[in-house]
Amino acid sequence: MSTPDAFAPIAELARGLRARAFSSRELTRYFLDRISRYDGALNSFISVTEARALAQADAADRRLQEGQVTALTGIPIAHKDLFCTAGVATTCGSRMLERFVAPYDATVVARLDAAGAVTLGKTNMDEFAMGSSNENSYFGAVGNPWNPALVPGGSSGGSAAAVAAGLTPVATGTDTGGSIRQPAAFCGLSGIKPTYGRISRYGMVAFASSLDQAGVFGHGVDDLALMLAFMSGFDPRDSTSSEQPDAWLAGAANSPVGVPERAPVIGLPREYFDGLRVGGAALDAARRSLEAAGCQFREIRLPHSAMAIPAYYIIAGAEASTNLSRYDGVRFGHRCENPKNLEDLYRRSRTEGFGMEVKRRILTGTYALSVGYFDAYYVKAQQLRRLIQNDFLAAFAEVDVILTPTAPGVAFPKGDLTDDPIAMYQQDIFTVPASLAGLPALSLPCGFHEGLPLGLQLIGPHFGERALLETGALYQRDTDWHRRHPEGFAA
Amino acid sequence: MSTTKGYVISPGWESVIGLEVHVQLATRSKIFSGAPIAFGAAPNTQACPVDLGLPGVLPVLNVEAVRMAVKFGLAIGAQINERSVFDRKNYFYPDLPKGYQISQFAQPVVGAGQLAITLEDGAERVIGVTRAHLEEDAGKSIHDAFPGLTGIDLNRAGTALLEVVSEPDLRTPAEAAAYFRRMHSLVRYLRICDGNLAEGSMRCDANVSVRPRGESALGERTEIKNLNSFRFLERAIEFEIERQIELLESGGAVRRETRLFDPDRNETRAMRSKELSDDYRYFPDPDLLPVVITPAFIADVAADLPELPEARRARYRDTLGLTTYDAAWLTDDPEVADYFEAVAAASGDAKLSANWVMGDVSAALNRAELPIGRSPVAPAQLAVLIARLKDDTISSKIAKTVFEALWAGEGDVDTIIEARGLRQVSDTGALETLVRQVVADNPEQVAQFRAGKDKVFGFFVGQLMKATQGKANPKQLNDLLRAALAGD
Repeated sequence: MSTPDAFAPIAELARGLRARAFSSRELTRYFLDRISRYDGALNSFISVTEARALAQADAADRRLQEGQVTALTGIPIAHKDLFCTAGVATTCGSRMLERFVAPYDATVVARLDAAGAVTLGKTNMDEFAMGSSNENSYFGAVGNPWNPALVPGGSSGGSAAAVAAGLTPVATGTDTGGSIRQPAAFCGLSGIKPTYGRISRYGMVAFASSLDQAGVFGHGVDDLALMLAFMSGFDPRDSTSSEQPDAWLAGAANSPVGVPERAPVIGLPREYFDGLRVGGAALDAARRSLEAAGCQFREIRLPHSAMAIPAYYIIAGAEASTNLSRYDGVRFGHRCENPKNLEDLYRRSRTEGFGMEVKRRILTGTYALSVGYFDAYYVKAQQLRRLIQNDFLAAFAEVDVILTPTAPGVAFPKGDLTDDPIAMYQQDIFTVPASLAGLPALSLPCGFHEGLPLGLQLIGPHFGERALLETGALYQRDTDWHRRHPEGFAA
Repeated sequence: MSTTKGYVISPGWESVIGLEVHVQLATRSKIFSGAPIAFGAAPNTQACPVDLGLPGVLPVLNVEAVRMAVKFGLAIGAQINERSVFDRKNYFYPDLPKGYQISQFAQPVVGAGQLAITLEDGAERVIGVTRAHLEEDAGKSIHDAFPGLTGIDLNRAGTALLEVVSEPDLRTPAEAAAYFRRMHSLVRYLRICDGNLAEGSMRCDANVSVRPRGESALGERTEIKNLNSFRFLERAIEFEIERQIELLESGGAVRRETRLFDPDRNETRAMRSKELSDDYRYFPDPDLLPVVITPAFIADVAADLPELPEARRARYRDTLGLTTYDAAWLTDDPEVADYFEAVAAASGDAKLSANWVMGDVSAALNRAELPIGRSPVAPAQLAVLIARLKDDTISSKIAKTVFEALWAGEGDVDTIIEARGLRQVSDTGALETLVRQVVADNPEQVAQFRAGKDKVFGFFVGQLMKATQGKANPKQLNDLLRAALAGD
């Protein structure tokens, strides 16, 4: 066996498998060993499913022998711990679901399993995907591989940290208001949140149903496209999944992304750059690189994006408050000891089972939906959402993609923002507008600030993943930020 | 004073009633999942992860439920809304798995329509239907199975319901019952509900208020929940009206509250006060897209509509020549009407067929507690029976005997008549001999009759029927007897 590269793109690992440089079992073992060696300091996995992974690897090896392979056969991956996995605990980072084992697979899990991918385990996350630092996990905070004293971002912090440290080649995540893009930026990764409806939400534990969307972390756009090729597509079990086929995306399973036929026109929304404290220079450099590759830049306006954060926290909270009503201690999940009566069962099971941030969002969401407040909050927020969406639609009449910073800063020390939820919510200021509009958005590493990764965000029109990924490919052809990895995680 | 069935309302008061009828739709699977629906299955065996509200599962609308709702809407001449929206109705209860019920609030599938009811005296009234919306049912809490514990059965969770809300157009308990009955009849015609009240396939909530006669503003109302029989509905409303009038006449005030009817004590009792109105925090369910109903879909459903009870009643009256009462009686249950029509078509006599179905058949079914679909006497056999009656093979008295034998499974009509020797004696010669004999044997009675005592005629008929074991053709016997008594 030749030693695999922990940071190699999927296509390279797949070539290694097909050339018998290593078997899937050896490759899987290699990543499992890295997890046991490095994850103590990071805490990026909630569960590592070693026996299952090796069994999947053996099955993949048999198919490799028979030559019946997909681009993912035998490739190790990890799932954010809110994708239900039959027979394996799905905790959602919560005490409420500490012992919950779903009797079904999420569609994303089923599709990747069917493609022959090997699941190493389930990654840490902010409880019920609520958070921007991964400090809201019942299973403990996650360390950023670039500096374990810092947060990896959230809510998909475990997936981001695991990929950044080379503990898995790629990992799934979910993004409701930035939960893939912000941790991708903080950990120096590529991460994509596809168009709302592109990937089935079936079996994804719901946070905010109209915003939740599955996506993926990897080291470059090729891996993102390859994963999306398998994860995407209509699912009869999700009424909001899109029936629109995408031949280009399907083809990404077997060929690298490639650069656009015509260099895109890129919009720069002034509102997203005003007052930016860090990363301005890196974004300028990115712009110059893309200009050199033939892209044109145009200043655009997205005036209502400024109101995205309050609109987002009302809508997401409202949906979350009812999505989380099912956790009542009656049928599954945490149940308090010796309830005195029904009210006591509800009250204590939920008080004990949920963490502080989850409670905060249930309360604000319940408030926003209540009689007398509904029109002032929920209805207003929906109107804002429409205005924000219209801003984007107008912009895409002029430009192909939009470039913004991903996050207002770099990874911050654990504990820094935990007492200031409003400041924490501002982490999502650049990512939330695309979420509200249901648009696909990609975060790419674009440099460093004081040794910590910075990210740029590309936003595309609905179902415009191709434009995003090809623009990303153009950028990554001419830069190498996506090939920089944190020290201390060598093979 | 107005009186309905011994129920008396004070002359100074008028009652105002509106009904919410929950119709359990006869879809093969649940409204948002593929789980089957079967009444009486072992607890929690008819519930899939979607019905259980497990994490990550999503509802997918069963189009069959929409089809049935549209069918109902068309049958009551209602507006079918091109776009309707599913909302979440949020509340906690152990048998409500998700902590919310998926229902329709602001934009229901069916808009305003109307339903005509027929009152006891044959008068018709048109009752306004405000709307009808689709929703999922909750599970069941079982409080008596385990001491000190409550059992939850989620088999029913997710069953498709159509909630039909009436205008407050009903004025008496009898009208309310007639409306519920008519609704019950209609949904079975449409085959969108099995109409099984005992199994809870139709349940009704009644909103009841009273006001001084002549007043146009509505009084404060109470809601009586979960009535699942026509009789209970009527009795519960009767009680509630009297309770409210007594309360108001003694200087009290009606409180807005939910009440339950106790049929054993014949009274309603307060369940919970609605003073602190429940806040269900309705909002559109983000897991479901708005339902868009195209004109083509509506046309397709319309093409599938059966003959409706109203049309059938008119046909029975106008074409078959039945009375309004008989037409209404026969058309109430589509299976009864189908049975009747099969008998009438085969026998060629609608009136006699109606008499038999409404009389002996109905009585026998009631005694045996059977639905007409399981009647041991098939329509074809009943038609043969009617034919034998008409061709004088048997008398109507003997026909009842033959019907009983048919019911008991003793073979077909003709076999029974032959085997039991029930053929009517129509042989004039034989009857004539018998008549002469009886007249000769009873000179005293003959004298009485001739003296003008007509009643004695019955004595002779009795003697002759006894002698022929009831098989004498009654008309022929009468003629021969009269001739003999007249002294030839």
